[in-house]
Amino acid sequence: MTKVTMTVNGKAQTRDVPDTTLLSDFLREELRLTGTHVGCDTSQCGACVVHVDGRAVKACTALAVALDGAEVTTIEGVAQGKELHPMQVAFNDHHGLQCGFCTPGMIMTGIDMVERYKASGLPLTEEAIRHELEGNICRCTGYHNIVRAIEDAAQKMQAAPAAAAE
Amino acid sequence: MTDGIGARAKRKEDRRFTTGKGKYTDDIRVENQAYAAFVRCPVAHARINGIDASAALAMEGVIAVHTGPELKADGIGDLIAGWAITSKDGSPMKTGVWSPLVTEYGRYVGDAIAIVVAETQAQARAAAEAVEVDFEELPAVVVADKALEEGAAQVHENVPGNLIYTWELGDEARTDAAMANASHVTELDIVNNRLSPNAMEPRSAVAVYDEAEDHYTLYTTSQNPHVARLVLSAFYNVAPEHKLRVIAPDVGGGFGSKIYIYPEEIACLWASMKTGRSVKWTSERGEAFLTDAHGRDHVTKAKMGFDNEGRIVAFHVDTIANLGAYASLFATVTPTYLYGTLWSGQYDIPAIYGTVRAVHTNTVPVDAYRGAGRPEATYMIERMMEVAAREMRMDPAELRRRNFIREFPYQTQVILAYDSGDFDAILDKAQKAADVAGFPERRAEAEARGKLRGLGYSTFIEACGLAPSAAVGSLGAGVGLWESAEVRVNPVGTVEILTGAHSHGQGHETTFAQLVSDRFGVPIDNVQIVHGDTDKVQFGMGTYGSRSGPVGMSAVMKALDKVEAKAKKIAAHTLEASEDDLVIENGEVKVAGTDRKMGWHEVALAAYTAHNLPEGLEPGLKEGAFFDPVNFSFPSGALICEVEVDPETGVTEVVQFTAADDFGTIINPMIVEGQVHGGVTQGIGQALLERVVYDEDGQLVTGSYMDYCMPRADDVPSYVLDHHSTPSPNNPLGLKGCGEAGAIGAPPAVINAITDAIGTDDLQMPATPMAVWQALAWARSPVAAE
Amino acid sequence: MYPTTYHKPASLSDAAAALSASDEAMVLAGGQTLLPTMKQRLASPSALVDIRAIPELRGITVSGATVTIGAATTHAEVAGHQGVQQTIPALACLAAGIGDPAVRHMGTIGGSVANNDPAADYPAAVLGLGATVVTSTREIAADDFFEGMFATALEEGEIITAIRFEAPKRAAYMKFRNPASRYAIVGVFVAETAAGVRVAVTGAGADGVFRHSGMEEALSASFAPEAVDGCEVGEGDMAADIHASAPYRAHLVKVMARRAVAGAV
Repeated sequence: MTKVTMTVNGKAQTRDVPDTTLLSDFLREELRLTGTHVGCDTSQCGACVVHVDGRAVKACTALAVALDGAEVTTIEGVAQGKELHPMQVAFNDHHGLQCGFCTPGMIMTGIDMVERYKASGLPLTEEAIRHELEGNICRCTGYHNIVRAIEDAAQKMQAAPAAAAE
Repeated sequence: MTDGIGARAKRKEDRRFTTGKGKYTDDIRVENQAYAAFVRCPVAHARINGIDASAALAMEGVIAVHTGPELKADGIGDLIAGWAITSKDGSPMKTGVWSPLVTEYGRYVGDAIAIVVAETQAQARAAAEAVEVDFEELPAVVVADKALEEGAAQVHENVPGNLIYTWELGDEARTDAAMANASHVTELDIVNNRLSPNAMEPRSAVAVYDEAEDHYTLYTTSQNPHVARLVLSAFYNVAPEHKLRVIAPDVGGGFGSKIYIYPEEIACLWASMKTGRSVKWTSERGEAFLTDAHGRDHVTKAKMGFDNEGRIVAFHVDTIANLGAYASLFATVTPTYLYGTLWSGQYDIPAIYGTVRAVHTNTVPVDAYRGAGRPEATYMIERMMEVAAREMRMDPAELRRRNFIREFPYQTQVILAYDSGDFDAILDKAQKAADVAGFPERRAEAEARGKLRGLGYSTFIEACGLAPSAAVGSLGAGVGLWESAEVRVNPVGTVEILTGAHSHGQGHETTFAQLVSDRFGVPIDNVQIVHGDTDKVQFGMGTYGSRSGPVGMSAVMKALDKVEAKAKKIAAHTLEASEDDLVIENGEVKVAGTDRKMGWHEVALAAYTAHNLPEGLEPGLKEGAFFDPVNFSFPSGALICEVEVDPETGVTEVVQFTAADDFGTIINPMIVEGQVHGGVTQGIGQALLERVVYDEDGQLVTGSYMDYCMPRADDVPSYVLDHHSTPSPNNPLGLKGCGEAGAIGAPPAVINAITDAIGTDDLQMPATPMAVWQALAWARSPVAAE
Repeated sequence: MYPTTYHKPASLSDAAAALSASDEAMVLAGGQTLLPTMKQRLASPSALVDIRAIPELRGITVSGATVTIGAATTHAEVAGHQGVQQTIPALACLAAGIGDPAVRHMGTIGGSVANNDPAADYPAAVLGLGATVVTSTREIAADDFFEGMFATALEEGEIITAIRFEAPKRAAYMKFRNPASRYAIVGVFVAETAAGVRVAVTGAGADGVFRHSGMEEALSASFAPEAVDGCEVGEGDMAADIHASAPYRAHLVKVMARRAVAGAV
């Protein structure tokens, strides 16, 4: 057992966990933040994507003990109180989700990609969005409306200061 | 502001999903929680000689290890096939015995042998590895047509030659005679590739036994919790229905794979009683590939005869369907009544005959997967039409039009009577939306870039809205397929709808509320949908086969009729008017042509205060209804796919995909479009990317996303959709169902487009880059040219 | 996952000590391959030595035509680094195509090179550019480093600290992805370097990354796509699986090589 402290959604959290504890298990089982989902065991589906120190990572492929001192944002932490993040709003506006299981990972990936493109000044085209979604699998939507949602959120986030949600 | 029928209402359920507050089974943790893992058969066929759990039991945190013989001794029943199929010689089907935990033989890689219960999931999984199984490996058979060969390994002793049934449909003599006189006959060998459903949420179960009450609760990933409870009670003897509550909370997709009650759920319930602990099991993705029911897996020889004007005169089908090691719940009906009854497609075919031989193999059971039987029928027919058009040098759209059914109702030669449709109209719309006229120009432009561009059609019809109970009963079904609903109006006028349908992505919390909004003018936010809990909803048959709309919503409509009638009685009494003069508009009950009216909430309150009700009328405003459809519903559509093939690598890009569908009445276009997007993507997945592969020994090769290729965002285009509605005459709303259409219609459109591009029809699904490259190489080789 | 003990040394010497203290210890660099392998219970290191807190293993320096990338530098950092983009665009481009965005945020160049997965991208760049693998004890030329799939010249306890690349005149990497895993079925790195043309092939070979001397000779004579056409790619040396047979892989090697030459900058 190793003592780990990380800031999750703005709150310091300390737990004693086995060294093999994955970040996804730390979030789901230790902190009971069950919005981070696990849909595969080979790091491909992306249902578990969270932000660690401002970058999207797969929580199922990171050890909690390795993230001592890290800042972690999960799907539960992107809204400002009751006000949803533009990406969350866009997924509702454009019907970018059906069963909802992949949705947290899609939204976290969507926010990360928009922020990165914004920082780089590159245009986030439909082709770029589809390519950026390579690590996120959805079985319900056929991606059409996820792409629409990210396009729309990107426009709205363009107006906002960078990384406002983090 | 209300959102009635036809409104693009945004989904009410989205807030919890977009904020990470959905409640899926694996998110649930109960008192006294322990965790289960399963010991599984490591080979495709084995005799189990003994199980030594002593090392596992000595490990930290391990509570118990239980095996098949113990489960059997406690009276837990074997798994059932829900549909009895009769062979053409009149004999009943023969299926192998499926015990939740194997007692003597393991029959596929992953067959559950023992359940291990421990304090943590990690401990359970580690202990499962430490259970020693003494087994003797036996010969295995994996592939459908090999299972019927002389000398093939026997999967079950009581199923000689692995043959479950030989089912027939249609008129053989008439079909043979018509075929003999045909001026052109198209023949095709077709493989419908085996798929893994892959709902993104893996299966999960939390079983809670309450010893004081002798009562069980099962939280599980189910599309139909009531059917689960019925089967667990009546056939598996876990507990009588009043002692068993099944809750399917938020469920992360199903696509058929979560209809069935699997060994794991049964074993977890039983183990909860044995150990006195709450037992939780969540499948890993690798475990899902091994144990979730697969789909499709047909091998077919088909023949279609035409007269000299391109009219179909006869259609002959010979299919072998691989059902895997055991006959799962809907497995036996999928390649028969859900398949053969669609052999007429959208076409007026005067003579049809076919047989289906269903076989056992040493693979995981195959059962209904999105579309179930109808994609297999559609793929076959629509490939035949395209190939026939090419052989007869006709335009493939024109050949289809020459054979379209134009008068309804239309009685096919294969049981079904189509109720409505306008196949010309939807094909017109699809051709226009796809700009078929501009295709030659696009093809030339692609050619200049070194790409082969092709266009393919698929015009399909399917049977949804499962199903008229008496009809399916006469065909062997073990249950009726009606649906129930209850409408509860609260004293403040808000409404609860209880439905036996189950939403696992379909958006029922929004669309079912739209029905109430439309009827009473209540905002959808004032309507709550209750589903997925056998303690709350009395009964229901769940969601699959695109039945929630045509059957589930119809039950709601019937209950709403009753509520409306009673509300009008109350309002008429208060307003001193005749019920017949009352209309409900914008949340008010009005006397037509006057300014006399009551708010909807006032009527509701009057029903519950009961101070001034018409004489003899009971207080309250709550009604229930059961709806049993008189016929299936028949969605149809025309799909057009355009692809570009890179001849150097064989890579296919779907550059344009158009779908024009007839779903009858549409409650929420946004949600219907979403269903088509998802269905078409699964269809493109089947056509281009997905296949389950077992090696010769029955080991699963495609056991993870490293080898089983799921469609990603960059594998598919944005879609072009259109609709043309001919409402179904067989349900109050005119609904036809839209959940499966895309998965049914898309695969042949994709393959027809690729074969158009590469100039050869010698191509099976999935059309992987290697397969396309090989087909191209073969077509261009001197041998093929001869 | 089997139990293991996690270490996060702050210096190279502590890392070496931690590695030698345990029989089956492994280096954890980004974990994007190792952790999934451990989750599937296919690897069971007794200890994990996380090298990401060792300062000298992080970061990129560009000095003239020399690009030195610390072993613990992530794919995203390489892909987004202006100096790399300008000096060896093919390398930045290769890094931008590894895995997916989330994997690129965690996966590292040192981890990829040390693992030498036969379908990984980086080995093609290291071999194709004739890079130098710098370790805790020595420098190893790329030609001496890769010893067949999952095998390298690394000794027990030896840790990669950096990879040093010399900018080529022009280079490009073309990958034919496995549609499911998105690893390379065939990846060809073509570089025209001061010491001649180098062609490194990943994904295709039955024994991991390799150089193709026939194509190197042909391209040395004429650095043009057509030069590849006459070359022989032996099917017998190719890997085969459900996604690609040996003949198909052999064919793709030539197609990707041709496209790499055409795209070389």
